[in-house]
Amino acid sequence: MTTAAVAPATMPERVLWKGNEAIAEAAIQAGCDAYFGYPITPQAELLEWMARRMPELGRAFVQAESELGAINMALGAAATGKRVLVSSSSPGISLMAEAMSYMAGSEVPVVLVDVMRGGPGLGSIGPSQSDYLQLVKGHGHGDYRVPVLAPASIAEAMALVADAFELAERYRTPVAILADGALGQAMEPVVPEYREPPRRPSTWQADTARGRAPRVVKSLILRPEDLEAHNRDLQAKYRSIEEHEVRWAGESLDDPEILVVAYGTAARVARTAIARARAAGLRAGLLRPITLWPFPTLALRGLARHVRAVLVVELSAGQMLDDVRIAVEGLAPVAFHGRTGGMLPSPGDVVTELRRLWSITEPVNGRHRPQRGRRPVPTEPTLATGHGEQLDEGVAAEDLPALAEVWR
Amino acid sequence: MTTEATGAPAPPRILYQRPRALVDKSTHYCPGCGHGIIHRLIAELLDELELAQQTIAVAPVGCSVFAYDYIAVDWIESPHGRAPAVATGVRRTNSDAFVLVYQGDGDLAAIGTAEIIHAAARGERITTVFVNNGIYGMTGGQMAPTTLLGQKTTSSPLGRDPKLAGYPIPISEMLALLRGVDYVSRGSVADPPSVGKVKAMLKRAFEIQRAGGGFTLVEVLSNCPVGWGMTAPESMAHLAEVAETYPLGVILDRSKGIGPGVDPGLSTRLAGRAEEAPR
Repeated sequence: MTTAAVAPATMPERVLWKGNEAIAEAAIQAGCDAYFGYPITPQAELLEWMARRMPELGRAFVQAESELGAINMALGAAATGKRVLVSSSSPGISLMAEAMSYMAGSEVPVVLVDVMRGGPGLGSIGPSQSDYLQLVKGHGHGDYRVPVLAPASIAEAMALVADAFELAERYRTPVAILADGALGQAMEPVVPEYREPPRRPSTWQADTARGRAPRVVKSLILRPEDLEAHNRDLQAKYRSIEEHEVRWAGESLDDPEILVVAYGTAARVARTAIARARAAGLRAGLLRPITLWPFPTLALRGLARHVRAVLVVELSAGQMLDDVRIAVEGLAPVAFHGRTGGMLPSPGDVVTELRRLWSITEPVNGRHRPQRGRRPVPTEPTLATGHGEQLDEGVAAEDLPALAEVWR
Repeated sequence: MTTEATGAPAPPRILYQRPRALVDKSTHYCPGCGHGIIHRLIAELLDELELAQQTIAVAPVGCSVFAYDYIAVDWIESPHGRAPAVATGVRRTNSDAFVLVYQGDGDLAAIGTAEIIHAAARGERITTVFVNNGIYGMTGGQMAPTTLLGQKTTSSPLGRDPKLAGYPIPISEMLALLRGVDYVSRGSVADPPSVGKVKAMLKRAFEIQRAGGGFTLVEVLSNCPVGWGMTAPESMAHLAEVAETYPLGVILDRSKGIGPGVDPGLSTRLAGRAEEAPR
């Protein structure tokens, strides 16, 4: 154990740290008052870290009877104004959908970490990005959105934990951190940097009616006119989040002819592939969404005008792909490369796909809009299944650290 | 009344009035429903024990979903059946608060079975008021896990048949077996003497929570005239039959040595250990 027994104050400047544990400690240092969880691979170390640290700090920790129990404990604590973290992995996240909807409806802030694993069903414990549609497109019932943050490194995950608490409390909404099993399980060197967002005053919390009128934290609004008004307010909040909170990172975006869109661990693979492609004279660039909702739609649309093609790389059968297509609006052909089930795309496969796209598209002149209809457009996304003739063997999750240089 | 000696009016002696913690508002409950009685008992006790301003209550899904409109404390709405988990989150982060949970039998004994059993097993310092009317009232009178054998409901139209739908769940007796539980009792709103006993049970549960005890629960057999297809008086009289399946009385009062398998010596030893890890 590298860091487990070391108090933050005495931590060395640079430590080798496991993603799940680093996320947990970052939450603690961000002022997390309570953690509720249930064991599930590949996020169990997060629960275990909290099991030791939270009681020693006099804070709340409960290993719940189920993910239903955990998320509802979170609802209870957060509805009293406490800063609350919950974590799980894909099947457990499915169970949490109900309470997430209640919290969106009753505007209760909470931070939920999803360390995604392969699905559907019990699936595998390997890394995956196949919960994108689940969390980004709503999760539970009703018209609501949840800000979703997607770290691509352990250091970024730690920073995003504090940001997530701040976003949750500023907008009174659940916020999700979408990581995958590779990020949760991998160890990489980080310089621990912590931030505790400032607390907001009690204005809505059900924290006992001492010297004030009683409050109710609820989502039930039976009069249709009133519920529609509440929904309008929620939608106005979501528009504000879309306006102010979009975050993305780019690399090699000065002159890309092919734009790769990827997040999280897939972005690390893409990054390596882009470097290799550039060394071979193929100018590719990377747009890496950090917020999956709100999605960097406008940034992507602006870039799509100037590229031969867009390639989406995911650890899924194509989930973010929908949002990319919406953003690109036909301004460039959109192709897809993904692996599922706990497999990772290899940089070699991504380079092969970049070359293929290069060969079937035409250059775009300067800043001019591509001439639509003149270029052959891939009709269907190419889902790499692991059985295709042109594919490398793929990469198992345990080889991840060798895949890409550390993302700082 | 005036007295001739002074000529001044004697101060009126108030025998009965609306408790401060009960909101002055008509309820949505059907005529003759027992929820109103139980709400009032809770409100009286919140007044008498001066708890209203320290209370965080958790509302269920079911007929009593609007309890937050009638009892003037801070409330949190829970998803169906999850109230004990929600209350756990409140309890663990608000050590000074009085935590009250109100649940019906569909909420507590069906969809929320896991949550109530584990909150009890953890010994969460919360008080659950469990209103058992043996039916899903809000959704139109369907069979609940507590529905009596032979009872006709909209989803057991020929009467509850154990071959099809199993047997009524005596959940209070089940909970009383758990070490984390300090008090479980079952009362009824059938008549005024029974209502008085329910108030005494609630008071005991509230006081155990205030004294730092473990999980407490009071089950109240209540009526559902509409769901049962009876007049209000008929439904009240029918509660005697319900009590044959669900016997009334204190099921567990650990510190008084009442209950199944209560070993005062064991209690003391476990309590000593519990002090090392405060709730």
